[in-house]
Amino acid sequence: MRKQFVKSVTKLLADDPSRVLLLGDIGVFGFRQAAADFPGRVINVGILEQATVGMAAGLAMAGMKPIVHTIAPFLVERAYEQLKIDFGYQKLSGTFVSVGGSFDYASLGCTHHCPGDVNLIENIDGFSILVPGHPDELGMILDTTSHWGNKYIRLSETSNSKPVSDNPISPTLVRMGDSYHPVVVAVGPCLDMVMEAVGDLPVTVLYTVAVRPFPAHEITLPNKNVIVVEPYYSSQLANRIARSHTSKHIQINARSFSLPRRFIEEYGDQNRINLMLGFYANALRVEINQWITSPPSYEKTPRA
Amino acid sequence: MTTHDKVKDMKRMILLAAHQAGEGHVASAFSILDALYVLYQAHVTYDTSDPRSANRDYVILSKGHGCLALYAVLSSCGFFPSEKLSTFCKFGSDLGGHPHCCKIPGVEASTGSLGHGLPMAVGIAKALKMMGKPNRVYCIVGDGELNEGSCWESLLIAEQHKLDNIVLLVDYNHSNDRAISYGDDLLGKLKSFGCTIEGVDGHNHGSIYFALGTGPVNGKVKCVVLETIKGKGIKEMENNPAWHHRAPTSEELNRFLEELA
Repeated sequence: MRKQFVKSVTKLLADDPSRVLLLGDIGVFGFRQAAADFPGRVINVGILEQATVGMAAGLAMAGMKPIVHTIAPFLVERAYEQLKIDFGYQKLSGTFVSVGGSFDYASLGCTHHCPGDVNLIENIDGFSILVPGHPDELGMILDTTSHWGNKYIRLSETSNSKPVSDNPISPTLVRMGDSYHPVVVAVGPCLDMVMEAVGDLPVTVLYTVAVRPFPAHEITLPNKNVIVVEPYYSSQLANRIARSHTSKHIQINARSFSLPRRFIEEYGDQNRINLMLGFYANALRVEINQWITSPPSYEKTPRA
Repeated sequence: MTTHDKVKDMKRMILLAAHQAGEGHVASAFSILDALYVLYQAHVTYDTSDPRSANRDYVILSKGHGCLALYAVLSSCGFFPSEKLSTFCKFGSDLGGHPHCCKIPGVEASTGSLGHGLPMAVGIAKALKMMGKPNRVYCIVGDGELNEGSCWESLLIAEQHKLDNIVLLVDYNHSNDRAISYGDDLLGKLKSFGCTIEGVDGHNHGSIYFALGTGPVNGKVKCVVLETIKGKGIKEMENNPAWHHRAPTSEELNRFLEELA
């Protein structure tokens, strides 16, 4: 996915001389050719994320189109107020691309974990949130959203075996189940895990690369149960789907199958951590099966 | 009318606005009012008929709580009628307790959370350099605000990119001495981060005028450290922490207006 990122951003730089890439001292080697081809527009700002995001805002104020790239906790958590105020409140436009979300840097410990990024960005009005599940989808997103306002794009170390989404706006119907079973919404790199989990169960599977915008009201929920599978702390997506369908006459059970809000002080690779946390295909299948065999009573508030 | 008379007029407007609102950082506004007035009168290129003109200089009041001074100066320049100050902090007003760039003509940045203005100034200055434009970027920070790491991060970037189109005005009113005192070394610290430094009396219009008038030096940020008194002009308010965030009562208003007469 990182190679695709370099390729797509290099094209964006070539297409528009007002685009400028700010790096937080990562990806510098990967962008060495772009730095040579577009002098002054690939800037390794350094390890000072708050000033980098503020600087990006200043560039946008003067008519440039900044793309900021660094590691998720330092981009989102350290510079959160700059994202919120400098870009959100001031209604500027920037593209923010992280690596290392959730436990992509599992062995480096909690300082480098960032399962809370999507949840945090969701709290900033006007930010789109895009989670590609395949390098081709990242390319599609960067190609088709260049005119959007603020957007957060989350690169992942893991990818699905093949690209599925061809646009960032509409969820893709991956498999049609029957009307008696839940709808499963897979976000980004979770799709392969979801498909392994559902196996021959007659559930409907939708796939999305966008947490926001997401056309929640357009989703059909014949049996009023939906489960969102997402590789970070639960977002508000399940809640939004539920609220968009809930009325006096219809109540929706919506829940998120996601990562628990805990410091993970174990090391090892991401798969091992996910196994420990119960975030794997068989655990998801068990959960879906429980819903099928024993449907939950209708709750107004989705369980996170 | 002398420039000091004009500033006194604006102080009256500020006191009245704060009184009517029951809100405001009056002392901080009085700390920077002289510098802002001289800056706009003598140095800033602006166009009130086109506040976003490509030829304008950028002014970022990073210490946004001093916005009453900015509002008074912007209205005196003609960005909006001075009567608007009577709406300060009221529901439906454009003039909040911190300035909002999406609402007020002439306001470049929505500040209030300290440490945000200088990074944005760096970005604007970098963009102007990339576009080969001569516009300048003025940024006003407080000495307390300089506790924020983002300010020093910004100076590192500015030095690296030789952003000599930035003029940094430091409102050194010593409000921060009770927390982190810079002692005699604030100028030295700024110099060590690559700025050219000039220290002046921040209430002496002539000194401010000449300090801001000199051109850029060798790719360095020009830093003017304004030695100021918080609440300048009202004895009860001067360097009195109780007046950091407080509006005058009717009785205080009358007394202060008399003091300014």
